[in-house]
Amino acid sequence: MRTLLLLICCFVLPMAAAQQAPEKPQITSDSNQAELSSLLLELTQANFRRMPELVTEIEQAGGRAVLPLLTALQDGELYYQPDTRELVVRQESGGGRVTVSDVFTGNTLDGFDTAALERVPINNRLRAVLQATIARILLFQGTDAEREQAARTMLSDLDEDNLVVLNEAIANEQVAAVADMINVALAMNVLVTDAPQAERLAAVATLHGNLQGPVRNLLRSFLDELGRNEQDPEVRAAMVSAMASIERKVRFYELMEQAFYGLSLGSVLLLAAIGLAVTFGVMGVINMAHGEMLMLGAYTTYVVQILMPEFINYSLWVAIPAAFMVSGLVGMFIQRFVIRYLNGRPLETLLATFGISLILQQAVRTIFSPLNRRVVSPDWMSGAWDINPVLSLTNNRLFILLFSIIVFVILLWILRKTSLGLQVRAVSQNRDMAKAMGIRTDWVDAMTFGLGSGIAGIAGVALSQLTNVGPNLGQDYIIDSFMVVVFGGVGNLWGTLVGAFSLGLANKFMEPMTGAVLAKIITLVFIILFIQVRPKGLFPQKGRAVE
Amino acid sequence: MSQLTNIWGELRRGSNTITLFVVVLFLATLLASLSNLLLPESSALHVSTYTITLLGKYLCYAMLALAVDVIWGYCGILSLGHGAFFALGGYAMGMYLMRQIGDRGVYGNPDLPDFMVFLNWDSLPWYWYGMDQFWFAMVMVALVPGLLALVFGWLAFRSRVTGVYLSIITQALTYALMLAFFRNEMGFGGNNGLTDFKEIAGFDLSADNTRVGLFVITAILLGVVFVCSQLIMRSRLGRVLVSIRDSEARARFLGYRTDHFKVWLFVYSALIAALAGALYVPQVGIINPGEFSPINSIEIVVWVAVGGRGTLYGAVGGAILVSYAKTRFTSLVPESWIFMLGALFVFVTIFLPKGLAGLLKQRLQRDNNGDSNGHPTKLTGEAKA
Repeated sequence: MRTLLLLICCFVLPMAAAQQAPEKPQITSDSNQAELSSLLLELTQANFRRMPELVTEIEQAGGRAVLPLLTALQDGELYYQPDTRELVVRQESGGGRVTVSDVFTGNTLDGFDTAALERVPINNRLRAVLQATIARILLFQGTDAEREQAARTMLSDLDEDNLVVLNEAIANEQVAAVADMINVALAMNVLVTDAPQAERLAAVATLHGNLQGPVRNLLRSFLDELGRNEQDPEVRAAMVSAMASIERKVRFYELMEQAFYGLSLGSVLLLAAIGLAVTFGVMGVINMAHGEMLMLGAYTTYVVQILMPEFINYSLWVAIPAAFMVSGLVGMFIQRFVIRYLNGRPLETLLATFGISLILQQAVRTIFSPLNRRVVSPDWMSGAWDINPVLSLTNNRLFILLFSIIVFVILLWILRKTSLGLQVRAVSQNRDMAKAMGIRTDWVDAMTFGLGSGIAGIAGVALSQLTNVGPNLGQDYIIDSFMVVVFGGVGNLWGTLVGAFSLGLANKFMEPMTGAVLAKIITLVFIILFIQVRPKGLFPQKGRAVE
Repeated sequence: MSQLTNIWGELRRGSNTITLFVVVLFLATLLASLSNLLLPESSALHVSTYTITLLGKYLCYAMLALAVDVIWGYCGILSLGHGAFFALGGYAMGMYLMRQIGDRGVYGNPDLPDFMVFLNWDSLPWYWYGMDQFWFAMVMVALVPGLLALVFGWLAFRSRVTGVYLSIITQALTYALMLAFFRNEMGFGGNNGLTDFKEIAGFDLSADNTRVGLFVITAILLGVVFVCSQLIMRSRLGRVLVSIRDSEARARFLGYRTDHFKVWLFVYSALIAALAGALYVPQVGIINPGEFSPINSIEIVVWVAVGGRGTLYGAVGGAILVSYAKTRFTSLVPESWIFMLGALFVFVTIFLPKGLAGLLKQRLQRDNNGDSNGHPTKLTGEAKA
């Protein structure tokens, strides 16, 4: 992660480079140290003719440690103090704020008169030399990942200096991944120069199916009549096939990405709907305040993070049980004091619970303000898993996908294997008979409701990692959750699972064609039509009941 | 006092609810209109134009509540999406009013409403054609929501979607429409909706006379709708509907095509809602996608629940009462209204399942049985216990 950051800094965000340079310089020996100091002193006085040599010497003396210094020099951010000749990095951030930092560590330095600092001058020739030097340092002295990344960055910038470095590097490159990347770069170079046909064909073969962006752009330009427009028919044919293979792969990975986003949405829907599947599906009680149980869970996460600001990374582990308790208790409260009195009157239950949802929303608005609250993602949830240049999966979505499956399995286990689950199923099948057998149906009702609501609370914790936490959080999910439960079949957890994931996938696959809102509308209309055909959902409960 | 007993007696028999309702409505409308138009503004009895508009709005809500009561109270169909029909009717009216603005808009384009000029559209979308004609717009007010209700009802009732399921898919329907109308590409003004209306059928919308006129028309149409609905509910058809509410399976076994009855009632109800919407827009002066939001539809249901479902006057009374409370409380303590609305839902469903009308009826019945000193408050006490 840190190395990646470093690379980004060096190449993409030069502004931030000096600040982010991670390690203290590791200059090998005292003699080197002394040599480096004198070279750095010279840097502030040298003329442009001397500079390129000086840079090479600095590279030899300092090695990796001078990377931030050279980057700063390249970006024209290297300054020195006229009297002491001390080198510093001077950066202007947005709003004209000027920061001064150490050239090696990137630590911010105070006590400089920023106006008095003199800039180390730089011209184009020096810039080219610097670029090659920086590339060389990374390519020869970095870690394997850094080296691969360095080579990859050069793909989009194949000038002479970089090519010299690359040719130098390929000669004794041991690591296959780096060698491959360098070969791709060299092949790209062969194509741009006037190499013989055989070499060009070989180069195209190397690029076959390569997903790097610059490779695609180069090939596209060769096939474009307004671009480089390849004349040789054989080479052109090879390029067409190479391009086709690339496009095929890209399409495939794009499809994979869509599928991933679909599964991710599905997991969110599953989490939101699964508690509902218990209260609505198993108990037959419709709880319009279910969305607010999600919201309570999300706000619990927020409160937990406020209470333990130093332990954000562990906050979710506290938030999950806390959210389960909070939402579960509120759910049991609602069941005991409202829903119990409306037994067997589903429409009235719907209305009463809707009223409760209004009260809960307004309560949250009053307590926490109507604005969205920010919930911090712990470090291990952020970042992404880069599979290749076109496909990367974000960690938080991956974790939530996994989490939803775990919650599903646990719930299934509770309903199948525990005595509470047995009693819940008995009550849902035949309340009177269950009562006659000595089951405390009142207690079972309350526990089931608590369980369903508690799971909604857990879902809220997960949601807080994906979306904004606000009073309307629940409202946004309640209709979708009902759709999932109705679509999957009431009283069937597997139906909820299949329903959630198929709706999620359908939504995300439609999105590129129709746009997000229309995709949602189409899904809703589809479900409305679907209920016409199969009023009991995908997996109807089998039974002999008429109505 | 004797007059009052007379009225109570008539209410009890229920035979003259229509007359009573129409008389009360007529008198109230007449009084409000006259005191607005004839009395000087300094007079204590003067009713401001603002109040007239507010009353007109309440009457629109009352009509909407009537629409929901017709299907929920008499046929057991709880629609959580009636706001959709209301808003569709409103949008049809809004489109007409939008076209009436002509070149008086901000951009001064004689053909295109302002928001289309803003979106760089160069011609009117096809569905806006004809909306500059009053009669055509009025046909659309009825046709679009009516057709939607017909298709939706036919699909839903034919496959016997009932109870909670129906409620949820009606909610999904209005939710989907809300999302759709929020889109600029739909051509209905997106987020901002339609507003800045100037005149209706040649009358200036900001004039007092027009306001009073609209109020009177609303009152008259409410009366007409009330009478029609009451007659329908008293007829053989109404009895079939009630039997469907109480036991649909049995009604079906007796040979009634229950789905047909429900579809037609649903369309009838949607038409009333659309009419209410069309009357609402010129008085309020704006229609936006917020009208489609599920909460609005639910609020209608609470009006009916508070007033008492299964009694049309109850629905009307409930709508006016709750809307009035809303106006008062949102201006006094804005935050408290949602709490109160929520509490109202819970309270009414648990303690007052038949609403205020039910309370009144029970009270009257007790009077009839000679228990003239019955305490109306005792009822809630019983329910609590």
